[in-house]
Amino acid sequence: MLDRVGLPSLEGLYSDVPERFIYSKEYDLPEAMTEQQIREHFEELCSRNSKLKIFAGAGAYDHYTPAVVPYLASRSEFSTAYTPYQAEISQGTLRYIFEYQSLICELTGMDISNASMYDGPTAAAEAAMMALSCTKRKSKVLLSETLLPQVREVVRTYAGYHGIEIGMIAQKDGQTSAEALAEALEGGDVAGVILPSINRFGIIEDLSGFADAAHAAGAVAVCYCDPSALAVVRTPGEWGFDIAVGDGQSLGLPLCYGGPSVGFMACRKDYVRKLPGRIVGQSVDAQGKRCFVLTLQAREQHIRREKATSNICSNQSLMALYVTIYLSLMGPAGLRKVNEVSAFKAHSLREKLLETGLFENVFDKPFLKEFVLKPLCDPNKLHKALLDKGFFGALPTEEGYVSFCVTEKRSAGDIDKLIETLKEAQL
Amino acid sequence: MKYYDKLIFELSKEGRCGFSLDGKASEGYLESIIPQALARGSKPRLPEVSEVDVVRHYTNLSQMNFGVDTGFYPLGSCTMKYNPKINEEVASMSGFAALHPLQDEESVQGALEVYWKMEKMLSAITGMSAFTLNPCAGAHGELTGLMIMRRYHLLRGDMKRTKVIVPDSAHGTNPASAAVCGLDVVVVKSKENGLVDVEDLKPLLNDEIAGIMMTNPNTLGLFESEIGEIADLVHACGGLLYYDGANMNPLLGVVRPGDMGFDIMHLNLHKTFSTPHGGGGPGSGPVGVATRLEKCLPGPRVIQAEDGKFHIEHIWEESAGRVSSFMGNFGIILRAYAYILSLGKEHILNAGKFATLSANYIKESLKDCYKLPIERICKHEFVFDGLINDGARPASVAEDGTPVEAVAGATTLDVAKRLLDYGFHAPTIYFPLLFHQTIMIEPTETESKETIDAFIDVMRKIAAEAAENPQLLKGAPHNTPIGRPDETQAARHPILKYWDC
Amino acid sequence: MSKIINGLKYSETHEWVKIEGDIAIIGVTDYAQKEMGDITYVDMPDAGEVVEKEEEFGALESVKASSDLFSPVSGTVVERNDALEDAPELVNEDPYGNWIIKVQMRNPAELDELMDAEGYRDMIGE
Repeated sequence: MLDRVGLPSLEGLYSDVPERFIYSKEYDLPEAMTEQQIREHFEELCSRNSKLKIFAGAGAYDHYTPAVVPYLASRSEFSTAYTPYQAEISQGTLRYIFEYQSLICELTGMDISNASMYDGPTAAAEAAMMALSCTKRKSKVLLSETLLPQVREVVRTYAGYHGIEIGMIAQKDGQTSAEALAEALEGGDVAGVILPSINRFGIIEDLSGFADAAHAAGAVAVCYCDPSALAVVRTPGEWGFDIAVGDGQSLGLPLCYGGPSVGFMACRKDYVRKLPGRIVGQSVDAQGKRCFVLTLQAREQHIRREKATSNICSNQSLMALYVTIYLSLMGPAGLRKVNEVSAFKAHSLREKLLETGLFENVFDKPFLKEFVLKPLCDPNKLHKALLDKGFFGALPTEEGYVSFCVTEKRSAGDIDKLIETLKEAQL
Repeated sequence: MKYYDKLIFELSKEGRCGFSLDGKASEGYLESIIPQALARGSKPRLPEVSEVDVVRHYTNLSQMNFGVDTGFYPLGSCTMKYNPKINEEVASMSGFAALHPLQDEESVQGALEVYWKMEKMLSAITGMSAFTLNPCAGAHGELTGLMIMRRYHLLRGDMKRTKVIVPDSAHGTNPASAAVCGLDVVVVKSKENGLVDVEDLKPLLNDEIAGIMMTNPNTLGLFESEIGEIADLVHACGGLLYYDGANMNPLLGVVRPGDMGFDIMHLNLHKTFSTPHGGGGPGSGPVGVATRLEKCLPGPRVIQAEDGKFHIEHIWEESAGRVSSFMGNFGIILRAYAYILSLGKEHILNAGKFATLSANYIKESLKDCYKLPIERICKHEFVFDGLINDGARPASVAEDGTPVEAVAGATTLDVAKRLLDYGFHAPTIYFPLLFHQTIMIEPTETESKETIDAFIDVMRKIAAEAAENPQLLKGAPHNTPIGRPDETQAARHPILKYWDC
Repeated sequence: MSKIINGLKYSETHEWVKIEGDIAIIGVTDYAQKEMGDITYVDMPDAGEVVEKEEEFGALESVKASSDLFSPVSGTVVERNDALEDAPELVNEDPYGNWIIKVQMRNPAELDELMDAEGYRDMIGE
């Protein structure tokens, strides 16, 4: 090969690199491992992680992943493909993304979905920027205090650099305050408001009138939601919101220490040109056969450069496939059941926790799988007592409450053991 | 590959399901806890299908897809190297997959060690001093890097620096990331030889410049030989140098961006570090910085205490902020970590060199059939500017006096589509925009000489076909599940979900 | 050969202007539509928006490109051609018959800086 290139040695391939930039020292890396050594090394690393009974959520939910999901998604025709630029040999990817978009639209009640984003918080940040471009010449975005902390922080980070002013909407009794929103909107200049459908206390927010208030002020209404729960709670579309965002992790993705997850983003039809990210559309091929292609690409960075709707290039395609397969298996009945079983167990845990006398009720609001209580003891000690017995729960919140979450994966026995643990602990 | 024309919704039959879940005890419970006003009004139209329906449907879909495991994927700028399977297996071990992202530090010491060691190893490979692994993709890393750049200037009270210089050959993501980060883009031109024009750069440098974004080797696959001078000039004006790691692969084990004067950089673990592209993600875009910028990294971040225990520092005063939910795409980081361990200090020395050799070998083997606009040693990729003989013929009159219509020549698009017929993925086409018929080829180091020779043979065959009968290429692909799609119709009258049909 | 109509004014960025009193009717030239290829979307400002001479007021999109539209005059948009919303291909079919926006001019003297058909023909070199 070198002969063809006309060089005596591999080093000649770098003759265009100034010599001082060629790294001549030994790389400070371990010696190469064999496959078996790698496996053993990872097993050893795993042994220093504790597999806990997860009784917490806060944006990452331990729902059951059916065996079919990873089995199919790990087919290498899916996993080792690139972005489907060559539609003729990418119909598999393009079709499942089209299905994914359809499913997200159906869950959120929106008209259009993109092909997915990195995670929920970054999708919310993209929505904040999108609100600005939908409203022109406005520069403020309002966030509800009841949004998850990671959502607020990521939006704040993006906003700070993008030149978006952030205002907070206070909460009252565990739900975004309509009065606070009205007051914040009065200041004017508001491009968008971001509110949760189910908030960080686990409460299903009553969003009546919120979208109208935003629209009356000329602002875009964005709803941050848990897509799993959208099978049973009022959708952003039904509430009259313009954009729905959130994290798809609750739809069959393993926790995996927080990533990869998948963000989703859907909107009203008339905002389609403002929607960031990839979009797949249906078309026909030269012979009239139905086919699918990446479309509306003139919005994107590789064509629009600095005028693009966003800098995002990739989606989280393979995780969107997880979501698509998961939703196909579950169907409307299964997804409802997941919510039902989780909610039933969560309410049972809450009742039993209150019975221990270690907690006080905080909010009397409807919830599904997640809730907060006020501990009558040191929240950190409480958390630690559970951890020592292999439970991950009672996550301390900003207000000094502790939050719990129960999914369908936890058994009645697990719940009883958790309660036993608390009773036995010296709190 | 065979055509399969179903959508999952079309397999749906009311009442069918593919899940198993014990829900007797909770039957009807939701009605008692969700007030009517907060309940969903209609049953979601999700598919109602059995498990075997789902398995067959997605298996059929997969068979219309081409991946690295299917065949050679010389997609320029994308570094489609082979994805080792042990990496998949270790990344899905339950000791990682079952970890909640907010678990207490003491219960995730193994995971935190991966973050810590990965940061050290990436620093060793790139010559940077510290890394964040939180960005979820290359573009996300780019944005994070620019945030760090702005944060650094702002912390010094240097408020005027709101412009960033981007070469005209840069990928569109560079200016798009700058815009998201609130920076104005100033374009620096390339010279005839494809490299940044240092003379054009000089007058652009002043106290409003936050920095310059460079891809080195650049999008033409050419090493920016004057990088030392560029670094000195940019630093002298108070700006920082950003290294776009999209093209890091040829430098892997040979050159370190930190040594060239770069202050901030991102890597694409899904390119240089062999994690699968996943049909467009998830990837991972770690960002490395020089020592003086370490305090501006985003949080959270893993640190090691004196007793060897690992801790998480969540956020601190000087930090650029939080850029993703938790600490990035951990599952991808695990795979890349396994990859680096399998290379080790010995084999890393070959990775970039073999990738570069393959690219130059293909270039030299095809330059008599395809126009090579810049004659120079390339790195991991290079560009042709279309066919030398595209088969175009002007209108003429045959000997018997009948008029012969003009024949349009075969374009780069036609060559790309014809490659699909021969079982190869197409190269990147029509990028960069510096030429009209760009074909950008990147072979990577994981392909054997036999595979590369087979590709060369096919490229030569296609060139011959074009000269003979360009129409054959214009009708391509002929052997794929679908022919060329009508993209114009898709954009003019968008059908973006099942119920739009 | 691209079609050029006598009596219209032309900008260097390939927009044509037809004057009706103090209203400027603006579209893109045949040359521009050919360069773009199949137009898939026309991004237009709403009535009431202010446009400035030589500043962008919208864009034409094709499958693989996007090209900004620049206003040949300053003023206020009084009407946009809503037919293009659903049928952007009209610009390809008849670029002079399908205007994009109508602008009430603030400074009709700006028209003097535009080219006539002859000048435009020279510029595109046909």
